[in-house]
Amino acid sequence: MREILFRQALNEAIDEEMARDKDVFLMGEEVAEYNGAYKVSQGLWDKYGDKRVIDTPIAEAGFAGIGIGAAFLGLKPVIEMMTFNFCVLALDQIVNTAAKSLYMSNGQISCPIVIRGAGGAGGALGAQHSQSLEAQYAHIPGLKVMMPSTPYDAKGMLKTAIRDPDPVIFIESEVLYGSSGEVPEEEYMIPMGVGDIKREGTDCTIVAWSRMVGYALKAAEVLAEDGISVEIVDPRTIRPLDKDIIYNSVRKTNRAVIVEEAWGFASVGASISELISREMFDHLDAPVGRVNQRDIPTPYAFNLEPLAYPTVENIVSAVRKACYL
Amino acid sequence: MSLEKFKNSTVLDPKIAKRVHKELGDEKVIDMYREMILLRRFEEVAGRQYQMGKIKGFCHLYIGQEALAVGAKATLEDRDYTISAYREHGHAIVAGITPNAVMAELFGKVDGCSGGRGGSMHLFDTTKNFYGGWGIVGGHIPTAAGMAFASKYNNEDAVTMCYFGDGSLHQGVFHETLNMAAMWDLPCVFITENNHYAMGTSLDRHSAITDLQKKAVGYDMDHDCIDGQDVFAVYEGIKKAVDRARKKNRPTFLDIITYRYRGHSMSDPAKYRTKDELNDAQEVGPIIRLQNFILKQKIADKETLDAIDKDVKKIVKESVKFAEASPFPDPSTLTDHTYVEWNSPID
Repeated sequence: MREILFRQALNEAIDEEMARDKDVFLMGEEVAEYNGAYKVSQGLWDKYGDKRVIDTPIAEAGFAGIGIGAAFLGLKPVIEMMTFNFCVLALDQIVNTAAKSLYMSNGQISCPIVIRGAGGAGGALGAQHSQSLEAQYAHIPGLKVMMPSTPYDAKGMLKTAIRDPDPVIFIESEVLYGSSGEVPEEEYMIPMGVGDIKREGTDCTIVAWSRMVGYALKAAEVLAEDGISVEIVDPRTIRPLDKDIIYNSVRKTNRAVIVEEAWGFASVGASISELISREMFDHLDAPVGRVNQRDIPTPYAFNLEPLAYPTVENIVSAVRKACYL
Repeated sequence: MSLEKFKNSTVLDPKIAKRVHKELGDEKVIDMYREMILLRRFEEVAGRQYQMGKIKGFCHLYIGQEALAVGAKATLEDRDYTISAYREHGHAIVAGITPNAVMAELFGKVDGCSGGRGGSMHLFDTTKNFYGGWGIVGGHIPTAAGMAFASKYNNEDAVTMCYFGDGSLHQGVFHETLNMAAMWDLPCVFITENNHYAMGTSLDRHSAITDLQKKAVGYDMDHDCIDGQDVFAVYEGIKKAVDRARKKNRPTFLDIITYRYRGHSMSDPAKYRTKDELNDAQEVGPIIRLQNFILKQKIADKETLDAIDKDVKKIVKESVKFAEASPFPDPSTLTDHTYVEWNSPID
């Protein structure tokens, strides 16, 4: 099978959906003439023109709100946030408008919008540009949250997000844009709320998503050398969460470690940990392990930054601890 | 400047009144009077129902601002869209949502226009192209521009009318939206219902400028300042803006001077203003001014107007009965409409 870059997979998803449905349009900072700050929208302006690929001023709340209003009347906006650090400025629009319209209007006004862009650390970008803020959105009823870890997932999930009738927050790891992976030529979709086993194993479950899946896979290789068989569950969709795939894995391994790039307090990992502890209590042979970013703003210095993030070594030791080794 | 501009007007602007009366005719003028009375009586009764505990939470009455909603609505076609903030009972009723459905919504009942899920601040009826009903100050201003964007994208020939208060003008999204609406030629009319107070803070205490239409200058947007207590001035001023939006896709920013007679919400005794100020405003109220015009022009006599008031009171009384009789939403529907589609394999 052909291999393409993560950013190309996203580009193909948007391109295919725009070709399929004239109601889909792309809006955001630098998406048109510049071809995207991370080149996800490469070539789309040339292909679809000013009407459907729209450069905005730097006004995240404003253009998120314009996308939301357009979605109210049935368009299918794909709003690019250059990074989710900036999407904090649009949080009011997303939380108070997009997530509320359907319920408050008693089902009259849906909001089929995708708000997507780069999340997580990029490397030496400093504290304001290196945050994993998925918990802000996963907390809100009315929103859906997707975070792909491979080019294959990225394409199939983004196509699903664009066709979804509800507001979807789609967070792409900045570091993964340049990663490559197998993506078939033919069309496929990955359903909302369905996780994926990224590696099968029997001794311990690792739940990881987005960039952390790659770290977990490396840790699993190291652990395999010691005879520890790790199963890696990638929920892919954070909300609605595929709890079954997690529970089924824990029933098999009786141990779980959650690996997330975000801070650990009040996080997605905290909620998954709580679910496993409560629902799988009788199956657990050890407390649920956690690996997170250190509880500090991200430092810039080249020696400090790696100390702030989960490492393969951290994951290996968390799994060993869960296995009482 | 704008605060003082229309302060001493006790009659409708005679030149505008002559033009608009000629354009709309006697029947439409009487219709407008009836609508204004309906909004007034509806809100008076809503206020009483609130005090009786039938309506809870936040409730922002429109009393004093009736000429604005009524004059504005008269400029719209059925295909046009309206979106408003949380002092929107008046906008909802003139959009065609029945007093029954609005009152039932205030009561939190299933026959309310939002099925009891919204309340006073969140009235919706998409069949009337009325899109809320929003409670974060200024938060719906970009939504309006997005609706205008969509109607232009779909070549609908529709205008989006967006109402907000003078307190909204210092929110970032107001400025972000005006910039994009002007740059992208969006068919939107931005209406400031300038009732002089951002909750309890007077205009001169919350704004560096009080001639608010200047806000549009920085976005190269057409603008105007209108006497919001003169229903014909409202109609004529907004009509120009609607035509501009429809024919040229150009947005307009309007500062429309009005006054609310009640507090910000039901819990506000409005101690930030004097009794004299309130009395002065009421003496030159929008309904009295239109009434004087109708009588002077002999469009209708006092008896006819009294009969209209009586009719309207009956309609409002009926809406309370309707709201009382309507059941609360079925508890089994509690989680409905959180998502259109929640296809999680779990739950």
